[in-house]
Amino acid sequence: MSSGKPLLSTSEPSSATSPHHRRHSSLTIGSLGRLCHNTSISSSVTDGSQHSNLSDHNDELEDELEEFDEDISPLGGALRNSVECPAYLRTRKKFKPVDLQLQLPLPERKLLVSWGGVTDPQHVWSMREVSGASSQAVSSGIQDYLNKSQRSERFLQISMQLKENLTHHDNPRLIHINDPKRTNDNFEYSGNEIRTSKYTFLNFLPKNLFIQFHRVAYLYFLAIAALNQLPPLAVFGRTVSLVPLLFVLTVTAVKDGYEDWRRHRSDRNENNREALVLQSGKFHPKRWKKLQSGEVVKICSDETIPCDMVLLNTSDPSGIAYIQTMNLDGESNLKTRYARQETNKLVLDGTIISGVITCEQPNRNIYEFTANLEIKGQRYPLSQSNIILRGCQLKNTEWAIGVVVYAGKDTKAMLNSAMSPAKRSRLETYMNRETFWLSVFLLIMCLVVAIGMGLWLNTHKNQLDTLPYYRKIYFDKKKFGEKYKYYGIPMETFFSFLSSIIVFQIMIPISLYITMELVRLGQSYFMIGDRHMYDSSSDSRFQCRSLNINEDLGQIRYVFSDKTGTLTENKMEFRKASVWGKQYGSTLSVDGTGDTNVGAEAVLEGRRTWKLKSEITPDSELLKLLHNDLSGDERIAAQEFFLTLAACNTVIPIATQSPSSSDTDSTLRASYGIVDYQGESPDEQALVAAASAYGYTLYERTSGHIVVDVNGEKLRLVVLGLHEFDSVRKRMSVVIRFPNDSVKVLVKGADTSMFSILKRDHPDDNHTKHATQSHLNEYSSEGLRTLVVASRDLTGEELVEWQSTYEDASTSLTDRSIKLRQTAALIECDLTLLGATAIEDKLQEGVPEAIESLRQAGIKVWVLTGDKQETAISIGLSCKLLTADMEQIIINGTSESECRKFLCDAKAKYCVKSANSCDQISVWRQNTESDYLEIPLGTKLSSLQQQHAGQEEGASFGPLALIIDGNSLVYILEKDLESELFDLATSCKVVLCCRVAPLQKAGIVDLIKCRSDDMTLAIGDGANDVSMIQMADVGVGICGQEGRQAVMASDFAMGQFRFLKRLLLVHGHWNYQRIGYLVLYNFYRNAVFVLMLFWYILYTAFSTTSALTDWSSVFYSVLYTSLPTIVVGILDKDLSHKTLLKYPKLYSAGYRQESYNMSLFWITMLDMLWQSLVLFYVPLFTYRDSTIDIWSMGSLWTIAVVILVNMHLAMDIQRWVVITHISLWGSISITYSCMVVLDSIPVFPNYGTIYHLAKTPAYWLSILLIVVVGLLPRFIFKVLQQIFWPSDIQIAREAEIMSKRRHFFGSKPDRISS
Amino acid sequence: MALEPEYSPSDGRKWTETESWPKEQNGLTWMEKFTQQELPACKPILTPGLVITTLISIGIIFVPIGLGSLSASEHVVEIIDRYDDACVPSNGDDEAAKSERLSFIQNVKTNKTCIRNLVIPKKMKHPIYVYYQLDNFYQNHRRYVKSRSDRQYQSPRFERETKTCDPESEIDDHTPIVPCGLVAWSLFNDTYRISTENDPIPINKKDIAWQSDKNSKFGSNVYPKNFQKQDPVGGGKLNESLPLSEQEDLLVWMRTAALPNFRKLYGRIETDLEANENITVVIQNNYNTYSFDSKKQLVLSTTTWIGGKNDFLGKAYITVGGICLFLAIAFILTYVIKPRPLGDPAYLSWNLNSKER
Repeated sequence: MSSGKPLLSTSEPSSATSPHHRRHSSLTIGSLGRLCHNTSISSSVTDGSQHSNLSDHNDELEDELEEFDEDISPLGGALRNSVECPAYLRTRKKFKPVDLQLQLPLPERKLLVSWGGVTDPQHVWSMREVSGASSQAVSSGIQDYLNKSQRSERFLQISMQLKENLTHHDNPRLIHINDPKRTNDNFEYSGNEIRTSKYTFLNFLPKNLFIQFHRVAYLYFLAIAALNQLPPLAVFGRTVSLVPLLFVLTVTAVKDGYEDWRRHRSDRNENNREALVLQSGKFHPKRWKKLQSGEVVKICSDETIPCDMVLLNTSDPSGIAYIQTMNLDGESNLKTRYARQETNKLVLDGTIISGVITCEQPNRNIYEFTANLEIKGQRYPLSQSNIILRGCQLKNTEWAIGVVVYAGKDTKAMLNSAMSPAKRSRLETYMNRETFWLSVFLLIMCLVVAIGMGLWLNTHKNQLDTLPYYRKIYFDKKKFGEKYKYYGIPMETFFSFLSSIIVFQIMIPISLYITMELVRLGQSYFMIGDRHMYDSSSDSRFQCRSLNINEDLGQIRYVFSDKTGTLTENKMEFRKASVWGKQYGSTLSVDGTGDTNVGAEAVLEGRRTWKLKSEITPDSELLKLLHNDLSGDERIAAQEFFLTLAACNTVIPIATQSPSSSDTDSTLRASYGIVDYQGESPDEQALVAAASAYGYTLYERTSGHIVVDVNGEKLRLVVLGLHEFDSVRKRMSVVIRFPNDSVKVLVKGADTSMFSILKRDHPDDNHTKHATQSHLNEYSSEGLRTLVVASRDLTGEELVEWQSTYEDASTSLTDRSIKLRQTAALIECDLTLLGATAIEDKLQEGVPEAIESLRQAGIKVWVLTGDKQETAISIGLSCKLLTADMEQIIINGTSESECRKFLCDAKAKYCVKSANSCDQISVWRQNTESDYLEIPLGTKLSSLQQQHAGQEEGASFGPLALIIDGNSLVYILEKDLESELFDLATSCKVVLCCRVAPLQKAGIVDLIKCRSDDMTLAIGDGANDVSMIQMADVGVGICGQEGRQAVMASDFAMGQFRFLKRLLLVHGHWNYQRIGYLVLYNFYRNAVFVLMLFWYILYTAFSTTSALTDWSSVFYSVLYTSLPTIVVGILDKDLSHKTLLKYPKLYSAGYRQESYNMSLFWITMLDMLWQSLVLFYVPLFTYRDSTIDIWSMGSLWTIAVVILVNMHLAMDIQRWVVITHISLWGSISITYSCMVVLDSIPVFPNYGTIYHLAKTPAYWLSILLIVVVGLLPRFIFKVLQQIFWPSDIQIAREAEIMSKRRHFFGSKPDRISS
Repeated sequence: MALEPEYSPSDGRKWTETESWPKEQNGLTWMEKFTQQELPACKPILTPGLVITTLISIGIIFVPIGLGSLSASEHVVEIIDRYDDACVPSNGDDEAAKSERLSFIQNVKTNKTCIRNLVIPKKMKHPIYVYYQLDNFYQNHRRYVKSRSDRQYQSPRFERETKTCDPESEIDDHTPIVPCGLVAWSLFNDTYRISTENDPIPINKKDIAWQSDKNSKFGSNVYPKNFQKQDPVGGGKLNESLPLSEQEDLLVWMRTAALPNFRKLYGRIETDLEANENITVVIQNNYNTYSFDSKKQLVLSTTTWIGGKNDFLGKAYITVGGICLFLAIAFILTYVIKPRPLGDPAYLSWNLNSKER
């Protein structure tokens, strides 16, 4: 797959593209992206009024375009005009529809998405990836950005407003350093006390009730209870009717209360921590909650930062502080923050600083901070690199002093602690449909009762006064002739309607919502506790962050996966190197101690004094080369190569003495330490570690110099300047003065950006270049990440020129980054190629197996990545997503028409039927379903081939794989092409999207969500996956290295990708089966009861009498029958996890909706009808013409219905554990005990009933008859279904139990199966 | 059914979290089994054996019960005599006849004695229960059922708790009626006297109400007050010198019937009645059922363990038992003719599909 022969086109621009052109385009794109990268100075603050002709909600964009202008201005004004305006205008128009289509439904979700999308640096990364070679890509970048800006309108408006505020000094936040009183004088800034709890002791009840009554179900409850308070309608006792509502409210309130109590507790702990605060010249400890804005706080090493502070001084003379932002964004590496030199000096002098910080209002953007510091009349700009945020930890720095700017709820950490948006499960939405039908039944029943009442009254209207059982007037003298609760026939009819609603209220199973909540809670408990989803390496358990969508896990059809950190570990490992055109490291994959290595080890011994935490086995040949005393180009290149790896980075070495060193020689011990590397980029860490393995150990880094230990000799290198990696140049360089006063530029960068700036005259170099190029291709086809390393000697003049511009640029207050980039361009040219590195992004454990299982389960796995196409394909191959026999359709168009052509060609070639979606789906279903056959017969292959042959008329090809890049997606995600893509993509087995921006990920998820009914799951670990995770029906976050934002936004979070298999196939399946059954059973349970009441009402002259006592009616769904359903909903398992994992195809029951669908509902309702008739008429016939009284009858019905529904449940339980037994038989016993208790209270009219009844055999016989007759049809139906139409689950279950039984009894297998 | 312990997943997968999840020798502790959802469980499947056994055992249990209760029901001797038409002077459906009937029944002074002659069809062993049966009388009407005050009946302290008794709660100036409510007000007051040709047969009216009602529900110190003192009179009057707990007719009446056609116990005959014996019933036809379409019947019946004469249970049991046996046979045949081996993967849908192709 090295050069991608089957590709329809290649996306990587060939190196022949003119450098000038390339630079231009990349620059512009970069400028677009740069603003997102909020670490840079926001020049937009100062001159935002220039482009007033543009609409204001695109202010951000304006700012960008400004920079964009300035960016290309040195390259010529002609280009500028041609690119800027048309691109902007065109795209604005063009992208409206897409925006609308991608709009998220809920406003709060929108906000969250925008937050995730706009502010993360990952975004920028992928933006950069989008850039192609042509100017078209520019527009795509803008379009992309526009998309974003549209969506994040709200966010932008806020930030825009803030900026304006700051510029116009309308409402800036003024912080007087070390003067909290003055700071808080005019404006009451919030203190540092935090409150994540929702309630206080006092407002708990009203607030909790208010929140609870947002649910429609509760309002229904309330309305029913209120109706019941009306005198003519008092069907139940007034207090009794309130019980269910109160019960539900209490349960929820207790749950909320407990959760809130826990939050209170953690708040208290947090608030009572102590920090050192400058008070009258000395630092005194003070509780966190007492901290105020303006105070000066001292933080010691490893302490957590209590509030957002501007750094004033640190223990480092140059004002550097290292912080770990784990709590904030989850990144475990250290980040550098700087105190302004000015304040640093001031504090050092010991003078008490006084100054004013003018900063923006609190906002949740953790990557941006804009402020000014005014000391002694001089103003200094402050940026994100000067602020340390609450929740971070100070590391590697003895102490740091800062001034509090945001405290408490204003801190960025607190502003960001938003919960993920609530999602509703698919099943629950379907449930609403059935609830509607139940409401229709309810209405019909009430109408029947009301009309019956009207007719009855009408026929008896002359007798009403004399009927002994219906008196409408008073007879006593005082009120003689007055109507007694009689309002005329129409009103009576109406009241009858209302009161029948009260009687039949539980037809709408309100308690179901609570039951489901409890069941999901229980399910989550077991999912969290599942040791198979426990990641021991990161000590992270499975997390259920959303409790509403457990059952959705059983219905997933599409899995959208991020690559880096999700499929791969995001732990970079140095694998191969190409030095001076020669490849090394091919033996690396063979583990360590081969013969060839022995010599090298020997060479190494004694010289190598540094131990790394992660060991790399160096390539022996390369080592030999390095230690060869012969001089030559090759050796120099190799040495320089590793020097570059060691020096050209921003990694911070942390040297610690090895505690295990027992060497008596003190000098040796001193130098024998462990170096741990901390850095923002795992790639850099891997490279530095690799250099160290080859004897070039980065040992010390300060702002001015670095120390590299070269085979034991310490080499002190003065760092003259450092051009950090940015997304435009895609490279970083460092200017270094060697001890011998020679100055070198060491550069490393992406291959695309490096080859164009190499020295291009030497023929030898050309040879190296070509060799390296081919190596690079090889590496990337293996799924390795590549970087090119080059260097250059600087002459004196060049150095002087560069130094002056560098000085100028790095102190510039405006457009610093642009100026720096221009400076970098001065020296990043005419480079000598040294070599290239290949870093492996290791696949996570079990990923190929998991993907294979998921695919067998009929789930389509799509990989969406920001990586290059080649990398993506290679990862796809290595995780078995792509297989060699697949036909790859590659789409990377650079214009709309091109994309259309690609799509249409592909569709024509592979006979994908478009437009007619039915055909479409059937083709695809066949594809997916015929591929994994459990019976390994010879027929499998032939049948497959036949099928394909029949299907495709001659042209035979394997399964399809679609590979599409983000650039094409920009064009395709417009309406008309979207459907083409959908058709094509759904007929492919695999879809790989590379170089996609975060919002494009969401767009792709949305494509499937909108156009099909299938459930989607998105899994990712980084901030760039947030939008995708929130867009998908189910979002899964990986607690990886890239941060917690994905986890924060997710519904479920886990440690490893491979757990997804178990999550879906096992837990998803179980949860879906359980909830599906639970819902049907609850519908049935309530309906059978209501219908029983209904039949009786027909025998009471439509007077809505209930034979059951009020308490029994209330207890029925709350106490008598609720526990078993909950237990079954939590604990029942149809299949063991082993079977489910062994036969992934069993998962298809979920997305085929086998456990819950319309026809099951209607069958259940028919069953319910039969059972209710049996329930009603058996006692009726048994006690026809007898002395039975209403309460005895009610008692019989109560107990009969409870036993019946419980037996119904018992018949469907698949797995009886102790708890199931207890709950089921316990429920029946509880019912009996309740009946006994209720019948033992003399003031109830039903006093003594049960004692009397239980003595008669007819009572027991009728109960038995009811249960058997009621359940017989269901039983027969079940048996018939199992004999003639067994479901897959049924068969698997039989197989599982039978094999176990055989095993258990030790009997010999007479295996019937073929 | 098979009860089989499901042991820990000690399969070959790489799950060796020895530090965090201590494993015991013999699988897991109970708590761990619980959290891993691996508790020992009984997993029933509908094997042919199970299905057929269930059906046959239902059949075997049900048929004898049915036969037993049917024969018991057959043994019950029951005489039903409808007397409401015969005991009023005018019959007919026209308005005049109706109003005549009404005026007859509502007039206190008319002689309402009515004599009915009955023949005992079969020998009736004592105790013979005397019931009155009312048809189309909705004692279960909500307005009726609710119109009572159980607290008032229980104790004199709650005499004034008559709010739920409307419209028969009090007379005139807030004097409470005891017992209040429509139910008590409409007390049935026909009386029967039975005699053979020569001797009267005593009807024992003691202990016709539930003991529990007598003992606790109706107070032995609650005496009727102001009951049936105003027009129109609903039904029977009560002896004001007897406490409510002694007024057993009232107690029986107050246990309102579940269905519109109901019987209530009037008394017991403690002697046997021979077959073909002629008995005479003297009825005081006081109760007004003529204002609505109702029937009054006198019922003499013996009882057995199953209760009165009702062959529903017997027939139902026999039918269900029979159906089950029949189904059992049908299933046996099915399993013989077209067996489906349990757990055969060949029947899995995807395997079936592949075969068809």
